[in-house]
Amino acid sequence: MVDYTYTMLIPLIPLVFFVLIGISGHKMKPIISGLIGTAGLGIAAFLSYMTAIRYFFTDHLAESGYKSLKAFEITWLHLTDKLTINLGILLDPISVMMLVVITTVSLMVHIYSLGYMKGERGFHRFFAFLSLFSFSMLGLVLATNIFQMYIFWELVGVSSFLLIGFYYEKPSAVAASKKAFIVTRFADLGFLIGILILSFNTGTFDFQLLTSPTGPAITMPGGAAFMGMSVLTWSLIFIFMGGAGKSAMFPLHIWLPDAMEGPTPVSALIHAATMVVAGVYLVARLFPVYALAAPDALTVVAWVGGISSLFAAIIACTQTDIKRVLAYSTMSQIGYMMLALGVSGYGGHDGLGFMASNFHLFTHAMFKALLFLGAGAVIHAVHSNDMKDMGGLRKYLPITHITFLIACITIAGIPPFSGFFSKDEIMVAAWHHNKILFSIEFLVAGLTAFYMFRLYYSIFWGKQTHYHHTPHEAPYLMTIPLMILALGSIFAGFLPFHALVTSDGMPFEAHIDWSIAIPSVLVGVVGITIATLMYFKVNTIPDKVANGFSYFYKWAYHKFYMDEVYMFVTKKIIFRYISEPVAWFDRHVVDATMVGLATTTEKTSHLIKGMQSGRIQQYGYVFVTGAIALVLIFVYLWGF
Amino acid sequence: MQYFLVISTLMFFIGIYGFLTRKNLITMLMSIELILNAVNINFVAFNKYLFPQNLQGHFFTLIIIAIAAAEAAVAIAIIINIYRNFRSIDVDRVDEMKF
Amino acid sequence: MNSEVMFYLLAGMILVFSVLTVTSRLILRAAVYLLFVLISTAAIYFMLEYTFLAAVQLTVYAGGIVVLIIFSVLLTSHISEKAVMAEAKQSILSALAVGAGALLTLMTIMNYTFVASTEPAQTSTVTDVGNALISYERNGFALPFEVISILLLAALIGAIIVARKEKDGIVTPKVKK
Repeated sequence: MVDYTYTMLIPLIPLVFFVLIGISGHKMKPIISGLIGTAGLGIAAFLSYMTAIRYFFTDHLAESGYKSLKAFEITWLHLTDKLTINLGILLDPISVMMLVVITTVSLMVHIYSLGYMKGERGFHRFFAFLSLFSFSMLGLVLATNIFQMYIFWELVGVSSFLLIGFYYEKPSAVAASKKAFIVTRFADLGFLIGILILSFNTGTFDFQLLTSPTGPAITMPGGAAFMGMSVLTWSLIFIFMGGAGKSAMFPLHIWLPDAMEGPTPVSALIHAATMVVAGVYLVARLFPVYALAAPDALTVVAWVGGISSLFAAIIACTQTDIKRVLAYSTMSQIGYMMLALGVSGYGGHDGLGFMASNFHLFTHAMFKALLFLGAGAVIHAVHSNDMKDMGGLRKYLPITHITFLIACITIAGIPPFSGFFSKDEIMVAAWHHNKILFSIEFLVAGLTAFYMFRLYYSIFWGKQTHYHHTPHEAPYLMTIPLMILALGSIFAGFLPFHALVTSDGMPFEAHIDWSIAIPSVLVGVVGITIATLMYFKVNTIPDKVANGFSYFYKWAYHKFYMDEVYMFVTKKIIFRYISEPVAWFDRHVVDATMVGLATTTEKTSHLIKGMQSGRIQQYGYVFVTGAIALVLIFVYLWGF
Repeated sequence: MQYFLVISTLMFFIGIYGFLTRKNLITMLMSIELILNAVNINFVAFNKYLFPQNLQGHFFTLIIIAIAAAEAAVAIAIIINIYRNFRSIDVDRVDEMKF
Repeated sequence: MNSEVMFYLLAGMILVFSVLTVTSRLILRAAVYLLFVLISTAAIYFMLEYTFLAAVQLTVYAGGIVVLIIFSVLLTSHISEKAVMAEAKQSILSALAVGAGALLTLMTIMNYTFVASTEPAQTSTVTDVGNALISYERNGFALPFEVISILLLAALIGAIIVARKEKDGIVTPKVKK
């Protein structure tokens, strides 16, 4: 049994550095705080790689399947003798994989930010928050029990709030951070309800107990049913609601496009590669319970994922802000991951969807972070977010251009880049489960290729824009992470995920099903071709297409008016009929009671102050009368 | 013996009536003297008829007379002081201790 | 028989004069009525054979206190100034309270049977009084005697201090509005 206790350092080092930079950052030169933050992440990344190599390759666990093991656990709150809240570190295939993903992307973002955020006010604050976020996310994936995961879930939400609202003097940034926090908090309400129902019925928070096939969750008798589905299914659907909020699934997706108000490295780290996949991770973590005891919940997961990916892909085709296109693309790809989990079974080859989902998570982190960082380099050069202000940038930004192109090809699913492998596995899993979902994903694959290349061409080819000052290539600090991530996007596809990360820990054989793979590649190529025709050179085809689909185009451009619907519901219904009466009640009933107490006291004192008139004869009168009354009572009426 | 007590009771309550009704400070003092006298008669009656073997009531009455004298003296001094400060000895004018 | 007549006469005088004291409009007349009440009380003491007490009553009360009152009346108001009586409400309320109290007390007295004691009476000649005042045995009153003398001293000093004039002889009245 190998000792993995050192893994405790992996989340703790960023925490220590967060405190350090947060407290004393403004005293040092900015670059020092940046280097400290980066060094912290560097150490964490090194430890994660070491853990991954030991866990997957050198510990010979493969014979009996990769088991989850607790590296460390302490009891934090002792609620009853059966119910405790622990804090600890759980290592199993998906958590080790996430360790690698999070620390790698975070390290790349740190290096990139050294260059991107140079000269910004609040440089040290940025790095402090980045370390806080890294700590929170690492704690989340290493959680041993669902309550610890909830704690870190909220911490991640807070870090996201702080980072989106980094430019706190901009009202739009403040509004966006509030929106993100409120929407995810609302979703976390569902998460908490799900946790409570689940733990109440199974008597434990612990993941190892919940997910063991002989444990209380899965062998729980389906007795208590509520509206047609068992209690366990309801609890898992509520838990998924929390995951859907964090992962920006429809209809809780409204915060993600607005979250692009934060600095681009933040968008790369949080809203592309790590935090938004927390929902997927949650379902994956509880996957045995989902698959074995509540398959209805998995259906919900799959359909929500499918609808979200289609919804987002359509909107992305019409947006002009490059970060928003990437945000919707993220939402779409996470839809893929959710769908893959939803169509998966448990055990061996049935768990193909599970494996595919995690594989896509891994590759997506690489290429989406690359896309965002590349977009950041473009924004850094052009000082604008909008596609209309760009064009013909390939001459000025060669490295960014190449890496961006690699990422676009990856996301379109063209072999031999990594996107092809992961997406293909998802398609196979969907085909074997539900043909409608497969056709949705098939369509979305084409749309993905189309809008990504639309984006690519609009930035780097297209019209020749006249720039006020010549855009210059980003400094080395920014381009080196781009190159590293590009290498990751290219070669990550060759990792044998089917042997490492599976639903029950046992490796299985998987090979490319060419009858599915070839059509999906073709639909990608079709998408690329259409985009080339429309956007490679400046022409009028896009406008004609937009006019042709005029109503549909307008709806898609306005994000299907989801934000307006939400505003209507909150303002007209919730504020007017719920909040205002409650506020009125608070002012006029609760406050009035307090004020009434004071007024009553004052009036009473006015009434009885006459007793202190200073007139002796009045005192004497009261005295005599009182004495007579007392005598009467005590001598006659009391029965002496 | 009860007749003595009746007299003293009536005198006592008349004294109280005078205390509560009169406006002049000095007449209030006179009413207080009435009260004290009533009490004296009470003590003496009890001593004479119920406990004739000792003279406790007698001496208590003696003490009360002495005290009444001392109290009247001090009260007059205060009344004179009030007269100097307020130019009046109407009891309604002496209500500085009110709210 | 004689003592009964005497008693009723004295009782009547006391009651009438005390009522007159509290209802008279002229202050000096009230003082004189008070004097008569005090003399009648002394007469009652004489009737009960507490001669020393009666003498003290006459001397201190009638001779000292009433004189003091008359002097203060002369110092503080016009002799023939008509006193203001209380308003009706105050009179009636006080009368009610007082009447209730009197009724209560009288009822209590009447309903209780006082058993007269048949023990041999202690005489109260001056000799006995004098001996009792300085003896500190069981029936001695040495302690009250000493205490009362201290009290008189304190009252003397207090009255002088309270009523003395200001240093420079000029009194500054604080006229209250």
